[in-house]
Amino acid sequence: MVAALFKNDKAMIWVLVILAVISLFVPLCNLIFAPGSPLYFSAYTVSLLGKYMTFALLGMSLDLVWGYCGILALGHGAFFALGGYVMGMYLMRQIGNRGVYGDPLLPDFMVFLDWKELPWYWYGFDQFWFAALMMVLVPGLLAFVFGWLAFRSRVAGVYLSIITQALTYALLLAFFRNEMGFGGNNGLTDFKEILGFNSQSDSVRACLLMASGVTLILAFLVSRWVILSKLGRVVTAIRDQEMRVRFLGYRVEMFKLWIFVFAAILAGIAGALYVPQVGIINPSEFSPLNSLEIVIWVAIGGRGTLYGAIFGAVLVNYAKTLLTGWMPEIWLFFLGAAFILVTVLLPDGLLGFWQRRLQEQKQ
Amino acid sequence: MNRLSSRPRKLGIAGILVTLTLVTGMASAEDTIKVGVLHSLSGTMAISETTLKDTMLMLIDEQNKKGGLLGKKLEAVVVDPASNWPLFAEKARELLTKDKVAAIFGCWTSVSRKSVLPVIEELNGLLFYPVQYEGEESSRNVFYTGAAPNQQAIPAVDYLMNDLKVKRWVLAGTDYVYPRTTNKILEAYLKSKKVAKKDIMINYTPFGHSDWQSIVADIKKFGSTAKKTAVVSTINGDANIPFYKELGNQGISAEKIPVIAFSVGEEELSGMDTKPLVGHLAAWNYFMSIDTTKNAAFIKQWHDFIKNPKRVTNDPMEAHYIGFNMWVKAVEKAGTTDPDAVQKAIIGVDFPNLTGGTAKMLPNHHISKPVFIGEIQDDGQLLTVWQTNTLVEGDAWSDFLPESKAIIADWTAPISCGNFNTKTKKCSGQNF
Amino acid sequence: MKPNSFGWYGWAMMGLILMLPASSSGQDSASEAAFSAAVANLKSGSMKERGLAIEQLAGVHNPRAIVILQALLDGRLFKLIADDKLVIGEEVDAGYKLFDAKNAESLGTVDRSATQKIYVTNNLRTSLRKIIGRLELNDNDAGVRLAAVKAMGKAVDDESLMLLQKHLSVEQDKSVQKAIKRILGLEQLNSADKTTRLAAIELLKGQANQNVVNRFNELVDKDAEGHYLEADSDVRNQIKTALVKINTQLQVYAAIETLFFGLSLGAVLVLAAIGLAITFGVMGVINMAHGELMMLGAYTTYVTQQLMPDHLGLSLVVAIPAAFIISALAGIVIERGIIRFLYGRPLETLLATFGVSLFLQQTVRSIFSPLNRSVATPEWMSGSLQINDFLSLTWNRFYILVFCLLVFALLLQILKRTRLGLEVRAVAQNRTMAKAMGIQTARVDALTFGLGSGIAGIAGVALSQITNVGPNLGQAYIVDSFMVVVFGGVGNLWGTLVAGFSLGIANKLLEPYAGAVLAKILVLVFIILFIQKRPRGLFPQRGRAVEG
Repeated sequence: MVAALFKNDKAMIWVLVILAVISLFVPLCNLIFAPGSPLYFSAYTVSLLGKYMTFALLGMSLDLVWGYCGILALGHGAFFALGGYVMGMYLMRQIGNRGVYGDPLLPDFMVFLDWKELPWYWYGFDQFWFAALMMVLVPGLLAFVFGWLAFRSRVAGVYLSIITQALTYALLLAFFRNEMGFGGNNGLTDFKEILGFNSQSDSVRACLLMASGVTLILAFLVSRWVILSKLGRVVTAIRDQEMRVRFLGYRVEMFKLWIFVFAAILAGIAGALYVPQVGIINPSEFSPLNSLEIVIWVAIGGRGTLYGAIFGAVLVNYAKTLLTGWMPEIWLFFLGAAFILVTVLLPDGLLGFWQRRLQEQKQ
Repeated sequence: MNRLSSRPRKLGIAGILVTLTLVTGMASAEDTIKVGVLHSLSGTMAISETTLKDTMLMLIDEQNKKGGLLGKKLEAVVVDPASNWPLFAEKARELLTKDKVAAIFGCWTSVSRKSVLPVIEELNGLLFYPVQYEGEESSRNVFYTGAAPNQQAIPAVDYLMNDLKVKRWVLAGTDYVYPRTTNKILEAYLKSKKVAKKDIMINYTPFGHSDWQSIVADIKKFGSTAKKTAVVSTINGDANIPFYKELGNQGISAEKIPVIAFSVGEEELSGMDTKPLVGHLAAWNYFMSIDTTKNAAFIKQWHDFIKNPKRVTNDPMEAHYIGFNMWVKAVEKAGTTDPDAVQKAIIGVDFPNLTGGTAKMLPNHHISKPVFIGEIQDDGQLLTVWQTNTLVEGDAWSDFLPESKAIIADWTAPISCGNFNTKTKKCSGQNF
Repeated sequence: MKPNSFGWYGWAMMGLILMLPASSSGQDSASEAAFSAAVANLKSGSMKERGLAIEQLAGVHNPRAIVILQALLDGRLFKLIADDKLVIGEEVDAGYKLFDAKNAESLGTVDRSATQKIYVTNNLRTSLRKIIGRLELNDNDAGVRLAAVKAMGKAVDDESLMLLQKHLSVEQDKSVQKAIKRILGLEQLNSADKTTRLAAIELLKGQANQNVVNRFNELVDKDAEGHYLEADSDVRNQIKTALVKINTQLQVYAAIETLFFGLSLGAVLVLAAIGLAITFGVMGVINMAHGELMMLGAYTTYVTQQLMPDHLGLSLVVAIPAAFIISALAGIVIERGIIRFLYGRPLETLLATFGVSLFLQQTVRSIFSPLNRSVATPEWMSGSLQINDFLSLTWNRFYILVFCLLVFALLLQILKRTRLGLEVRAVAQNRTMAKAMGIQTARVDALTFGLGSGIAGIAGVALSQITNVGPNLGQAYIVDSFMVVVFGGVGNLWGTLVAGFSLGIANKLLEPYAGAVLAKILVLVFIILFIQKRPRGLFPQRGRAVEG
């Protein structure tokens, strides 16, 4: 059955192999070999790769709705950030009485704002299983409600894009408010432990990279399976000719909703994996610019292939890491120019271009 | 639909590859001491932080002209965290593990400091943080060279209360942790001075708020009673220009309702039309207009370095100046750049302020500072109208907040803790 | 003994003596000496001494005194570093054009660094205003006299009251009389005589004046011990009825004010969005660089102001066409260089223009530095139109409102009545058909995009008058602009106008109850829900082109 997933697409196997190497080999080497050994990967590399893996998952989830269903969501970062906040809440509760003010129940920022008791929506997050459930439920539910409203009333095209932007913008403003009880502008930070282990230790970081990598691979396989299923085919058909699909008797809005919710859940999981690795979640993750950037990753990598999005996410972020260190004063010129060149010259993204070249050569 | 021929496409991909994989050789000579500069050069915070990057380059340059440090040259490693908070943490890790810098000078917003903090503590680095902030923190690895609330806010309110006889207070701020904390401290302080609740108005606005019409109208109404009213503003950066413009246009002059700001300095003023601001107040620990030989020399050095005689100097620049020189002195005292040794050596190190007096690094990792209150003049300078007689020591944990009253920070033996509860005799909230 | 200490005391005494109307002409030379000494004292170091010098100067009857005091208040009084002479300076390109403070003799132009400014603090400014007010009470212009009376009314003291009382008998102008009577009336409220107090209330109750309302409110309130400030209940009832009337008036004013706030916020939204309504609405380009085109307009304003620093108002007028041209050219370059390859792929224009916006931001940052630039507001745009004490409309907002309507009307006319407008509409409706009719669609595309971008530049000129001019200017407005265009209905200019104003007013209506942030969130949620109800905005485009 697994073999069927790779039909017609050999590149996919390569992508999976590379991902598997990164997510298993790198963290193991980091743990086994001593610093100085040629096979040692530093904690910096591990945490960087871990972050890239979550971005890759985020990019791939957007590719599902944009590349396969033709919905250009400009607010996809909202689901990522929500997943992140859920994880952040769990990690905050793990601090327990080791906070600055030593309150056993309330996080520091609540003590500080004179809150006397824990708000109801913070209950249960001390249990990991509950938080894990919420990581899926919260982004999924928001996507469901939003999608159900939007797709049912046939909001489409730029209108849909702009109201998804309005959604993430409204959430940004809301989470900035200290009264919301999510730490305002500073967000949630100062984490101590995850599942009982010190979240700053090398082994936990290695495990998080492993977890992110494995999640990415699994998500990739599941997404691929979804795409190849009947549902996926209808979704692709909607992208190409929505009217005809509707006339054929399919309930277009239900298919759209399904894929939208699925992608939102994947984004939420990506966010949840992201937060313990960077150690902070704050409202700027909701900013419309962040969501726009996700779209750019997918466009640069090439949409409609899943692995194109993964490639794009890693590439753009790696470029950012390098350029902000090498040429801090002018790196935006390069990033801006790269975006323009790719969209104008390579409508299928870098991987799409590469694939077409391969095909041309074969012929 | 336009289809391009394949030649420009080939050129395009070549261009992209060059852009993205351009490799510059990293010069890493062994005989230098590296100093990390972690200030945003792009994004929303670039407005404030770029100047501090230049200040650091100037200070390092000057130190090298003096012969460097421990017989080695200093080398600045500049990175751009792009006003992106998680990127701050990533870049801090890069500076400490890849570039192996001896100390980092950087951050502006509280959230960027909070984001960097766990990394600095985990890798045992040193961070010099040059901006006035909300307090309620003292890390083993961070040195706070900007003002704590008791070095800015409380003296400012004292001045308004005693010298201007202000009876009604508007506490207006941007909705984030610094204004929240400062206003909370001020509220407690005002109440302790018997100011009634109805005479205090608190207002929070989002970052970059640009439409101040309604809020200024409210302030006008609030201040229209016979009691003297003043606004204590913790409004951040970009929101200030529209705020002051609206104040001026709605006819609220500094004589009627003075506004005292904690985040508006010479640099912010240089980007504003100062006409509507004349007479409003600002409280800082340094003014460019203060006439001392040290300050004149510093201003001249800055102008020569930046090659623009119109550029101004400001409070966070002085904080970096003091912080950097204290670090240099501590390294010389310890004879090494090893963070543990420097942490021990730097406590008690003193260095003259630009405005007279001598700043001293306290055991709680804050420094002692003079406090100045100035009136904004139409040339964008601040004219001192009041100043403290002695230097004020930075207090990490405010005495006016019930939850932090009992907490002190002392990084000398035997306490050696940034969060020590004097009642329970326990050290809590530490990450190591 | 300090050499000067007798001087201050002596001259201050002399000033008091001279203030008496009986000063005789024989004292001319003495008066001249007093004047010189007072002028010399202005330079002294501490603010206290400077304050005394101001009082002295006010005391000598010298026509120059008022000029010097006014210059001091305006921050135009300097000390020459070379010879310690007190001068009045006028700002010119190279530095200051100087006049001797004592005798108005021109001293030529010097560099800024050769002078040292004589600073004043708020306290001194208040007393300067009062003193100038007293001196100006005899001015020939009724407007000046009115301002003088008002300045004196802000901090009433016995001396001012005496002067005003005396002046009332010779004053001819009605409004000045009224202002004086009000100040005196407020004073009479403190009278021990009940009938005097009642008469004062009768006089004051019809006047919409802040001081009157404050005083009334105070009088009917209890003090700390629980006693009424106004002991007599008759008088209190009189005041209470007067207050009820005033309060209903105030509510009307508050409503007008909120409406104005809403309209002016709406005008800013419309201005920011209207260029986008063309590039996005008519052409279908999701132009993420729209904000940066506005930023270019704002920087153009800055540059024109730098080029003609002595003509603030004119530079602003010049900036409007300049900003239009620069942004339009930038727009045409973007269209020809990038966007024309992307027609038919509207969503991808978003990515390319996002790249353009990063590029433009960094360019501006490299040229003008990341710091904000200071753009001055001309005199006629600052301050407010004071209708009465409770209602004032700020001039800059008012002009922007008018400007917004003008730009909108002009744009509408261009689209309706010109050849270009016709072609733009034709291409927007049916590109192929337009082409078949012989319209050069490529040229029209470039010009349309240029038009939209140029309008964005003009919006930037307006924004430079109310907010920061810096590299982040564009980002602050881009999301709002898209909301307005989409809410109004893509491709419909009237929709943009109505959407902008209604969102502005809705925001301002909600703000007092919900606060600034929550109001904005509510408006956004409203837009999201509204689009569910009407998926193509307020004024949906009809016809075949829509489905394309």
